[in-house]
Amino acid sequence: MKITILDRILLLLTGLLAAYQIAVGIDNLSTLPIVAYSIGFGVILVAGLLLIILGFDVLDSPLVVIASTIIPLSLSLGLVWEHLPSWRMPYLVFAMLGFLVILITRLTPLKNKLPVIVLAIVHGIAGMTIFLLPVILSLTGRLSTRFSLVGMGGALIGVGGLLLAFLKAGKPLLSHNTILRILPGLLLLMTAAFVLGFSAQ
Amino acid sequence: MKSILSKIHLYWPLTKSLQTGLLLSTGLAGFMSARCPVMHWYNFLELGLSLFLAIAGSTILNMWYDHDIDKVMNRTHHRPLADGRLAPAEALRLGLVLSVLGVGLAIWMAPLYGLIVFAGLFFDVVVYTLWLKRRTCWSIIWGGISGGMPILAGRVFGLGQIDGIGILLAVAVLFWIPTHILTFSMRYIDDYQSAKIPTFPSTYGFATTRLTIAVSSVIAALSIASAGILIGVQWGFVRLLAVLSAGLFLLAAASVFRPTERVNFGLFKYASLYMLSAMILLSI
Repeated sequence: MKITILDRILLLLTGLLAAYQIAVGIDNLSTLPIVAYSIGFGVILVAGLLLIILGFDVLDSPLVVIASTIIPLSLSLGLVWEHLPSWRMPYLVFAMLGFLVILITRLTPLKNKLPVIVLAIVHGIAGMTIFLLPVILSLTGRLSTRFSLVGMGGALIGVGGLLLAFLKAGKPLLSHNTILRILPGLLLLMTAAFVLGFSAQ
Repeated sequence: MKSILSKIHLYWPLTKSLQTGLLLSTGLAGFMSARCPVMHWYNFLELGLSLFLAIAGSTILNMWYDHDIDKVMNRTHHRPLADGRLAPAEALRLGLVLSVLGVGLAIWMAPLYGLIVFAGLFFDVVVYTLWLKRRTCWSIIWGGISGGMPILAGRVFGLGQIDGIGILLAVAVLFWIPTHILTFSMRYIDDYQSAKIPTFPSTYGFATTRLTIAVSSVIAALSIASAGILIGVQWGFVRLLAVLSAGLFLLAAASVFRPTERVNFGLFKYASLYMLSAMILLSI
């Protein structure tokens, strides 16, 4: 499906928001969260630019699965490092191992269900962390209510990930065209929710 | 009035507005990077005008000299000089007038700045186009050096002298040029071959060209990042520059290991966007 001007504008806004977050929004954090968030928002920024330049065909690349894993893994790592000090090292190990295993299972020609299972576990844990942790921190009063928007961003990234994953698996939840039609708006909403949410820290 | 508008409509494509605009943005970024204690709007205007005139003038002179090539190439045969809508002598006059005005204004503003603007024009028109372009694919080195002159000139105008950072910025543009030109010459290789213009892909093959693009992308990005740190750009902007550079590396690597026409075109477009973004970040 051909990318429209409106899609390009939405993706450009997404890229600008991600660029703002990298340049300004994470300045006062410690080193690892800065690196993790820079990687997460960096992938959103570069992916947005590539979609603008190359159109939706870029989603056919097998590298999309790997790139889309980096976003939840790096964002969740940053959140855990900041707000769950006792889980820092275990989650860092999980994030690195998870990414490594996805990389291996995606780049080697396996014909069993292992790649899908690995993807579901890693995405599931990272996605639930981004969704639940900010919501819990807001509800318990440790951070302002606005921080729960990060959780909403996590939910949106989960929806986008699911739609794309099922589409690539040949069992689309919505039609191919509908998914591509809503994807730029979904990316913008997700990034806006993250940027607004993180500004509450 | 109508005839003036139609002339402008005819002349404008001769300036390659996007390319001229990109080079102009490097010159303005070079000036902003100097962080002058006091910056007047008229300095900015003079700089923009002199650079625009010189860059547009040299581009028109190149197009005047290459109009025989443009006629042969599919991509360029519709240009005003190639399809006969504009007489070569008229284009030559226009190119000379704009070049003399641009360089003259630059020398009047500051002699050293004017000298660098003149060097850029000389390397581009005389060394690159008139002398080497039809002889060797290595001519792009001189195209790259002339492409690095606006950013150096802008910084020199801000500082009043040539410094290491200015050279580093010029080196960044020099190594960015292959990413831009070589991806282009791969995309239009048939055009260049029918015009008998030696290019990297036709001389050394696609694999070597892609490797050259990847290596030069890395050097360009490292040069810009180093210059940014030395200038004292805020860390947040350095981070953003690093992220955009990573995108450039990945595309360059993809063009080496998984080469397709789409990746090649993506790299070409991304490289322009990268340079424009880098210039904005260096200016803030």
